[in-house]
Amino acid sequence: MTLNRRNFLGVAAGTAAALSAPMVMGQGRPRVVVVGGGAGGATAARYLAKDSDGAIDVTLVEPTRSYYTCFFSNLYIGGFREIDSLAHSYGGLAASGVNVVHDWAVGIDRDARTVSLAGGGVLPYDRLILAPGIDFVDGSVPGWDVSAQNAMPHAYKGGSQTELLKAQIMAMPEGGLFAMVAPPNPYRCPPGPYERISMVAHLLKANNPTAKILLIDPKDKYSKQALFEEGWQNHYPGMIDRIGPDFGAANVEVNPVDMTVTIDGTVEKVDACNVIPAQKAGRICELAGITEGNWVPVSGHTMQSRLDENIHVLGDATNQGDMPKSGFSANSQAKVAAMAVRGALTGSRVFPAKFSNTCWSLIATDDGVKVGATYEATDEKIAKVDGFISQTGENPDLRRVTYEESIGWYAGITSDMFG
Amino acid sequence: MRAVAIAVFFWIALSASGGAEQEAREIGDARRGETIFRQCADCHQVGSDAKDRVGPHLNGIFGRKAAANDGFGYSDGIVRAANDGLVWDLRRLDAYLENPKALVSGTRMNFRGLAEPRDRADVLAYLRGFSDNPSDIPEAQPTARPREVELSPEILAIVGDAEYGEYLSSECTGCHQRDGGYDGIPSITQWSAEDFMIAMQAYKRKIRPHPVMQMMAGRLSDEEIAALAAYFGTIE
Ligand SMILES: Cc1cc2nc3c(=O)[nH]c(=O)nc-3n(C[C@H](O)[C@H](O)[C@H](O)COP(=O)(O)OP(=O)(O)OC[C@H]3O[C@@H](n4cnc5c(N)ncnc54)[C@H](O)[C@@H]3O)c2cc1C
Repeated sequence: MTLNRRNFLGVAAGTAAALSAPMVMGQGRPRVVVVGGGAGGATAARYLAKDSDGAIDVTLVEPTRSYYTCFFSNLYIGGFREIDSLAHSYGGLAASGVNVVHDWAVGIDRDARTVSLAGGGVLPYDRLILAPGIDFVDGSVPGWDVSAQNAMPHAYKGGSQTELLKAQIMAMPEGGLFAMVAPPNPYRCPPGPYERISMVAHLLKANNPTAKILLIDPKDKYSKQALFEEGWQNHYPGMIDRIGPDFGAANVEVNPVDMTVTIDGTVEKVDACNVIPAQKAGRICELAGITEGNWVPVSGHTMQSRLDENIHVLGDATNQGDMPKSGFSANSQAKVAAMAVRGALTGSRVFPAKFSNTCWSLIATDDGVKVGATYEATDEKIAKVDGFISQTGENPDLRRVTYEESIGWYAGITSDMFG
Repeated sequence: MRAVAIAVFFWIALSASGGAEQEAREIGDARRGETIFRQCADCHQVGSDAKDRVGPHLNGIFGRKAAANDGFGYSDGIVRAANDGLVWDLRRLDAYLENPKALVSGTRMNFRGLAEPRDRADVLAYLRGFSDNPSDIPEAQPTARPREVELSPEILAIVGDAEYGEYLSSECTGCHQRDGGYDGIPSITQWSAEDFMIAMQAYKRKIRPHPVMQMMAGRLSDEEIAALAAYFGTIE
């Protein structure tokens, strides 16, 4: 691609932030604003810019300069990845012609079709794409709120929280207790908490083998349960205790000052504690007034909000039907949305929506498992078409290849997202 | 001739409705297969003194896991297929003999394949004689085997819609890198359209074992597979 004025401004906007953003407008090109430069938003912005070849003015609003993926963050905890290998900058998006603005979106005026930014800028749009990920539901774990996230990290948004959690696990006394309060459905990455338990066990087995892990889980059952239970039995016998709702796990309170967890009235002293609260769509969706309950209902054909056809919503923030909240899903949904937006604004061809998802999890060294499915859009929802899951008792070669495949997937999907 | 002495049968389903009517048939004519096998014998040996040559020996090939002959240096393609779960049952051997590259991308077996189903059946009947305990063809009680779907010239002749293929390709590039990079998931760029279609059709028909690919290909129509092949043919 040759460097033109648009690219130049795109790169410049990355450094001059909100200032330059409103100035690129006004050339009669349709304008798309994307809020959130994570798995969904980065993919949508990149595909729109790349496929419209300059016909659409694409602005991405994202406060951070480096996006740390949550996917593979458990592998960092287990010692299989360096934290830096999870960071992605926005240079690739700017190079594909996206105008990157490092700022927070703080308000959306749906009548005027503008997004206002914390830095004071106002961005007009013809179509808006929201991909802000998740926020936490206040009060879902009594005793915990975001002000306690340093004592009891959630590590459910990427970057510093993940590093903090690992540091706290490494600092546990010999034979200490690690606890996790797992979230209720629906939440991002259904196997995520259980992959994390596996990776914490792996880390402790090597550094603190008499330590114990307490998993407090309000759900009756969970993703890939048979695979995880088999793996924990094989690799970490006697180390992990799971308390389900039948033993009071739905009645939990934490005290981040005393470092205690109270399960159905019984107080446990813990040395490190990972609280993963209940989740909801990123706050900007609520501010836009397009949520129902905790999530944004969308049409699977186009990812348009059911309440405002000028807004498309992607990824974890949505209530779309059968797809799990994952980076893979957000990436898949972003491509459908980008195609629909491009079709609406430039008249390009639109094809029937197809979606897919595969989630790999690592249980121990070279012991990878996966679950996946394909989906299609119906008028009611995104509906599952077909799926598969790794089997218990698979041979070690297959498990190793599955893990190696996940490494390939990470490289593939992050380059698909960030260029 | 030990091979001829063994009566070998397999079943084919007669009714598409999946009913119980089945017919036992001989795999093929092992004597004729021995003659056809001569074109394989430069590289593959069978029998009591068989050794690995350019290709591995083929004693006991039925029911053996792919790439399982210790000491033979297999291609990456075969090793990957083995890790995906490829086992040499009758159906897979037949597919491999028909077109080695359709079943295993990157196989070193430099052989254009046996187009005639009868030729393949005869060679397999011959090879069957060197496998004592073939897992899918018990001697007394033949196992049912669905007839292989062949790629018709009509399918291969479909002209793909590359623009549609570009949209569909976005599903592929969630895992396979568009620039052809490879770390754990194979590169799919720079394939000929025909190789691409054959590979995808083999996943769609569940001849190739990888579950993600079976799922992805399984819901693509022949036109969509052709569209993808056309698109991937256009990128460098
Ligand atoms: C431990 C863990 C493991 C995981 N493992 C996997 C895995 O193996 N595979 C997989 O597919 N998925 C995995 N996931 C899930 C995956 O991380 C999420 O599903 C995915 O990131 C969702 O993408 P998104 O675009 O909806 O949100 P995010 O990726 O969270 O992106 C949201 C972005 O929006 C920005 N933002 C929020 N509000 C605003 C605002 N007001 N203005 C501007 N910007 C804003 C944020 O800064 C953020 O960059 C895992 C998650 C966790 C926690």
